Amino acid sequence: MNTASAWRLLTTVMRRDLAVALRRRSDVVNPLLFVVIVVTLFPLAVGPGPDILGRIATGVIWVAALLSSLLGSERLFRDDFLDGTLEQLVLSPAPLPLLAFGKVAVHWLLSGLPLVILAPLCAMLLKLPIAGWGVLMLTLLVGTPMLSAMTAVGAALTVSLGRGGALLSLLLLPLFIPLLIFAAAAVESALVGTSASGQVLLLTGLMLLTLLLAPFAVAAALRVSVN
Amino acid sequence: MSAVIEAKQLTSVRAGRTLFSQLSLQLHAGEILHVEGPNGAGKSTLLRIIAGLLDPQAGRVSLFGQDQWDDPEQWQRQLLFIGHKAAVKAELTALENLHYQALLDGADQVDAWQLLETVGLLGLEDVPAQQLSAGQQRRIALARLWYGQATLWILDEPFTALDSHGIALLHERFSQHLEQGGVIILTSHQPLTWTGERLKKIRIDYQDEGLLYEYR
Repeated sequence: MNTASAWRLLTTVMRRDLAVALRRRSDVVNPLLFVVIVVTLFPLAVGPGPDILGRIATGVIWVAALLSSLLGSERLFRDDFLDGTLEQLVLSPAPLPLLAFGKVAVHWLLSGLPLVILAPLCAMLLKLPIAGWGVLMLTLLVGTPMLSAMTAVGAALTVSLGRGGALLSLLLLPLFIPLLIFAAAAVESALVGTSASGQVLLLTGLMLLTLLLAPFAVAAALRVSVN
Repeated sequence: MSAVIEAKQLTSVRAGRTLFSQLSLQLHAGEILHVEGPNGAGKSTLLRIIAGLLDPQAGRVSLFGQDQWDDPEQWQRQLLFIGHKAAVKAELTALENLHYQALLDGADQVDAWQLLETVGLLGLEDVPAQQLSAGQQRRIALARLWYGQATLWILDEPFTALDSHGIALLHERFSQHLEQGGVIILTSHQPLTWTGERLKKIRIDYQDEGLLYEYR
């Protein structure tokens, strides 16, 4: 298969997924709404003092982001599995990891990217000092593609199980812990005035590695799931 | 003349039950194979194994003398599988479904409107597929048969939910494909119109003493 036709297949899969997602807007909006609700509830529960809120802001935003990514994760391949689209993707002449990458990319565009854009709003609501906003957005920008990719691996593994939701959360959350630690550390560094580039670069490296390997894992898992 | 598709000594065990064992078949250009048998006998399993979606416990399938892993891309191009799940996106309209499906099949010169007319869905192009009837959704899925370049068609219950006009249309398309040297493997509870040399039948039937199948 030449590059041009592989590229065309990739964009077709992405355009179709985007078109389907735009017809089911609530599935896209719900996880984002969840993050905003969690973030708005915290000041009410903990009290509006900037000292406490500002300190927990990064943690709250990142935990909300992790949980929201689990909310929609089960659906990543579920509809395709139920309506037979997955079989056709497996039978497609295009390399399956490439198509899997397309699905991961669409998932990130609809779940990860909006989180990055929402981050300043959340940071403001939680009174995170402005010094940390840029780094918070940066950690989300490099962290959410990892979330999407790892979620896709888990979703592909559990798609044929019917009710794999709880199992999926148990599978994925431990994998997200390093992400959480380094993202929080990066923002902490920025807040105390030191450079956060070490943590951000490490996260970027992890993201690239995940994006490189995850499509192959997803493809293998999908082949098993349609079996 | 060499066989288009050849299955050798296929054995499949699902959920601890042997569906078939040592099943061999061979189809040449222009032949249609009707897989018969009661519900749950393993007809769909056989079709999925031949399509390469499922691994048999033993045996192998070759297309034009090649194994699936010799050249997966070429293998997939030669084969068109339509399962009992229609692979139609409920949120998209008939036209969008046809358009994306054609692009994914690598047929970018397809006129989706022409296809709609062929399968009798003109006038319904703007309706999301979830509001169409089961038969109309099946027509969307089967539209692939009109532009596909594949030699081997594997169709699981293609006539389900189709009206008599749709079935006639499909029979006509099958005849064209066979005349052009294509090969069709299908399951159906409908009688087929072909007789004689072209139509081959295989019957899979589960019995207490094990599998019985006859191939003629």
